[in-house]
Amino acid sequence: MRKSLLSTIAATVTAAIAVSGALMGPAAAAEPIKVGAIVSATGPASFLGDPEKKVLELYADRINKAGGVDGRPVQLTVYDDGGAADKAASFTKRLIESDGVDVIVGGTTTAATMAAVPLVERAGVPFISLAGAVVIVEPVKKWVFKTPHTDRMAAEKVMEDMKARGLTKLALLSEDSGFGKSGREQTVAVAKERGIELVADETYGAKDTDVTAQLTKIKNNAAAQAVLVFGLGQGPAVVTKNYRQLGIALPLYQSHGVASKEYIRLAGGAAEGVRLPAAGLVVAAQLPESDPQKTVVTDFTKTYEDAFKSEVSTFAGHAYDGLMIALDAVKRSGGTDKAKLRDAIEQTKGYVGTGGTVTMGPKDHMGLTLDAFHMVEVKQGDWSLVK
Amino acid sequence: MFAELLQYLLSGLTIGAIYALAGLGFSIIYNASHVINFAQGEFIMIGGMASATLTASGVPLPLAILIGCGGAMLVGVLVAKFAVERARNASTVTLIIITIGASIFLRGVAELVWGKDFKRLDAFSGETPIQILGASMQPQSLWVVGTAAVLIVAIGLFFSRTLTGKAILATSHNRLAAQLVGIDVKRVVLASFALSAALGAVGGAVVAPITFSYTEMGIMLGLKGFTAAVLGGLGHGPGAVAGGLIVGVAEALGAGYISSAYKDAVAFVIILAVLLFMPNGLFGKRGTERV
Repeated sequence: MRKSLLSTIAATVTAAIAVSGALMGPAAAAEPIKVGAIVSATGPASFLGDPEKKVLELYADRINKAGGVDGRPVQLTVYDDGGAADKAASFTKRLIESDGVDVIVGGTTTAATMAAVPLVERAGVPFISLAGAVVIVEPVKKWVFKTPHTDRMAAEKVMEDMKARGLTKLALLSEDSGFGKSGREQTVAVAKERGIELVADETYGAKDTDVTAQLTKIKNNAAAQAVLVFGLGQGPAVVTKNYRQLGIALPLYQSHGVASKEYIRLAGGAAEGVRLPAAGLVVAAQLPESDPQKTVVTDFTKTYEDAFKSEVSTFAGHAYDGLMIALDAVKRSGGTDKAKLRDAIEQTKGYVGTGGTVTMGPKDHMGLTLDAFHMVEVKQGDWSLVK
Repeated sequence: MFAELLQYLLSGLTIGAIYALAGLGFSIIYNASHVINFAQGEFIMIGGMASATLTASGVPLPLAILIGCGGAMLVGVLVAKFAVERARNASTVTLIIITIGASIFLRGVAELVWGKDFKRLDAFSGETPIQILGASMQPQSLWVVGTAAVLIVAIGLFFSRTLTGKAILATSHNRLAAQLVGIDVKRVVLASFALSAALGAVGGAVVAPITFSYTEMGIMLGLKGFTAAVLGGLGHGPGAVAGGLIVGVAEALGAGYISSAYKDAVAFVIILAVLLFMPNGLFGKRGTERV
């Protein structure tokens, strides 16, 4: 009797295991899509990384509440590299090896991105960077993509605008930061291609509090017809104030590095009349209804500002684009097979994001054209589209 | 040509006046305690941040500067009391390292309190540039130079006319003898920290409209102030002021006539040259007197 009871229990347990095994079948289909992210949420680049992290978390959450992608939830793993490239590398390793992610979004800075590149290339994991420099996608790397505009495009856009105004001689003032140096190189290269003559090539320190000396040199340079400043943070605001102080009458251009309201706030009245290339997100409200980006950027701005009660930044937009391109590719490739996912990202066509319309290809892992930039001018303390 | 030179000089004097204020702070503390206080830049930062954030929330400017000053003095006293005084038997090098630690700590706290973004403070009397013989300067530059001049004279009077000032001077000349005649040396050290913190904070408030304020603004200003103090001879007040102006003008001329890429290098080349060829600075007493 006793024995039969035991065997009954054994049978029941076996059955139970069998049943749960059967249940595992459908459960496996709803396996999460593992998205890894490395951002600089703290440290010197936190003004870029912090909004990026917030956006990734916000949208992963929203997508899951809406039922996920093809019924599969998004499982987001975010690591903060604190702005250190070596940490970015070790977190990338962790994402690939322990977390087993399907796709990685991130690398807030170019340095962090380039530290992660060899690892993702070796492991074969699709990687969408949020950093600016051209080197990330030129030459093309099999597994590496990026969402933000490049400094090269900014230089091209500025020179296009100069030509339209009949100006051919440019004075360049660049910051001695990574961003400024790369911007300087690209400006020099683009100027050659576009027949713009560089008549001055000055630099300033990222933390300089006075650049009147450099600007005086430019002011006394009779050949200069326009001035382009390539920098990030407070430096360009100091330059702008000194520029007005010296009463320089030439048109002043800034790079996309200052396309945030913070620049206008810091430079105050001195910023009036400054022109710069910026993503559609910055001028969301002013885009014509016919603009394909209109709905995307207005929705994104509203969602972001409602959730965080702070002004949306282009950097937040880069993270949104990165996540959406990745998930869109998951949908199109019908799963998370890494090789298929990579191919699907490369085939992204006509995706309308906050940065512009993205059409990638085997030779273009960014997919943005010059149309993605809008030339804006500061008017009465706000951006205004240059028509 | 002349207008260009004048422009460089004006830029240099403005920035030099800021360095002079920072350098003076180094000298005061060095006199009283023989500590080179690398948290001096952070006092400047506290003054700048407090006045920028307080005025932004509606506090009138003079009151905001006073509050910033008071806050910086309190922080200065706390640093002296809890970091420097506790290690008073340690070697000078240890004490210097302690002040570097204090500066990193203060920056961290400031980041928590005020956040990481840049704060703007409106110029005290408008932003219409003043034209002088073809060169131009911001009205705020006059405030910086004027404030520096007033503070420097006031500090001079404080040291020569008040008992506390004389006590600080006495301590700097001979700590033991000062103690023997009844000067409370510990309080002198506290007073010197409070004084240089107040100097730094006022300096921070007047330069904020030019430089913007942020939690890391003190690093470079502190280093340049240190250069100014060494150039003028550590512990020599008027020397620090001259040193600050020289460094500022040299930087502006260097950026204008040589290359803007080497602007910061100018200050550090000066400090290397001074340390190699005239370790007591331009006006410092010879080392033998200190034995």
